[in-house]
Amino acid sequence: MSVLLFTVIVLVGAFLAGLVGSLTGLGGGVIIIPLLTLALGVDIHYAIGASIVSVIATSSGSAAAYVKEGITNIRIGMFLEIATTISAIFGAVITVYINPGYIAVIFGLILLFSAVMMVRKKVDHSDDDASGRLAVFFKLNGSYPVEGGLKKYGVHNVIGGFVMMFFAGIISGLLGIGSGALKVLAMDNIMRIPFKVSTTTSNFMMGVTAAASAVVYLHRGQIVPGIAMPVTIGVLFGATLGSKILVKTKTDKLKVIFAAVVVFLALQMIYNGLSGKL
Amino acid sequence: MKEQGKHFFADKDVQVILGTLLRVGVVLSMSIVLIGGFIYLWHYGNGPVNYRVFDPLKAEYSSVLAIFRGLKSLDSTAIIQFGVLLLIFTPITRVVFSIFSFLIEKDYMYVLIGIFVLCVILFSLSNKLVG
Repeated sequence: MSVLLFTVIVLVGAFLAGLVGSLTGLGGGVIIIPLLTLALGVDIHYAIGASIVSVIATSSGSAAAYVKEGITNIRIGMFLEIATTISAIFGAVITVYINPGYIAVIFGLILLFSAVMMVRKKVDHSDDDASGRLAVFFKLNGSYPVEGGLKKYGVHNVIGGFVMMFFAGIISGLLGIGSGALKVLAMDNIMRIPFKVSTTTSNFMMGVTAAASAVVYLHRGQIVPGIAMPVTIGVLFGATLGSKILVKTKTDKLKVIFAAVVVFLALQMIYNGLSGKL
Repeated sequence: MKEQGKHFFADKDVQVILGTLLRVGVVLSMSIVLIGGFIYLWHYGNGPVNYRVFDPLKAEYSSVLAIFRGLKSLDSTAIIQFGVLLLIFTPITRVVFSIFSFLIEKDYMYVLIGIFVLCVILFSLSNKLVG
């Protein structure tokens, strides 16, 4: 395959990955890595390096849009970043010492988990019980504007959320994805932060976490210009278009269809990982 | 309540500025990647691709210094890599900005937390983690 053909294929694939990733809330990385490895035979370490760069691009690019619709709790973000940056770097360091087959299997399992999280109905567990001692100490409780005033919310189970974020960071560093599904689990379900706050705060953290592990990948030579260029540009344009369509369309059906595709990709990754083809 | 409301709007302003800044960072770094990409395709478009096996030794631009050296000779892949580097630094500036806004609010606990997070990232920049 020539460089030109490879670039065009990856560009189109990354565009679609970014588009669908933003429509379903899954993120572009989880789709682009199977595409690169399964369809184009790219080594998974290169695919991971390119994907993490696209995570930074989409998270930073959408930050401006997010500010308008939600309100980031910078304290929650910064506090949890202690966990995610350390663990992301740790994940990025250990990734080369793990058999690529195992990485593919872990990737497949995370894909399956993301598919489940995607079709599951999201329930807002937030309340204004701001009595958690650690939440008070770290000033994590906050409020956001609703019609006719401010709505207060309390943050729960800070330790549980912190530990979950540590795990999310390792996965992010290990696989080169934003691990949004795990962050949602930590913030919405464990810490019971309202959606309006958790989505934007998670986006804020994703870029910083990805930057931490991207530096490790860069030094190791996993970020190759020839792959990173089409992946990042494609995913970014796809995600930008996706966020524009998102406002106008209902995505429920799309999510179910897409969940099936993700499950298929996940099984492919697991099968190829176990049989040593990746 | 009134005071809190005021506080919130100040926060929102900072975030709007920050959001715009991030977007500028992304647009700038992506433009550089695009320019580098066109030159890259112009030069190497007909060559073969080989990414089947990961080989750390094949990477030409795997440090900040190497990227700047490559930039001097206007190498296309170095230009792409420089754009990627700018992109990586974009969210890091967001952390720096947050530290300053905590400093203005006199929230020293979070100034420390922010500095700690920044140090973790800078530590990974020091190149000691990759054997």
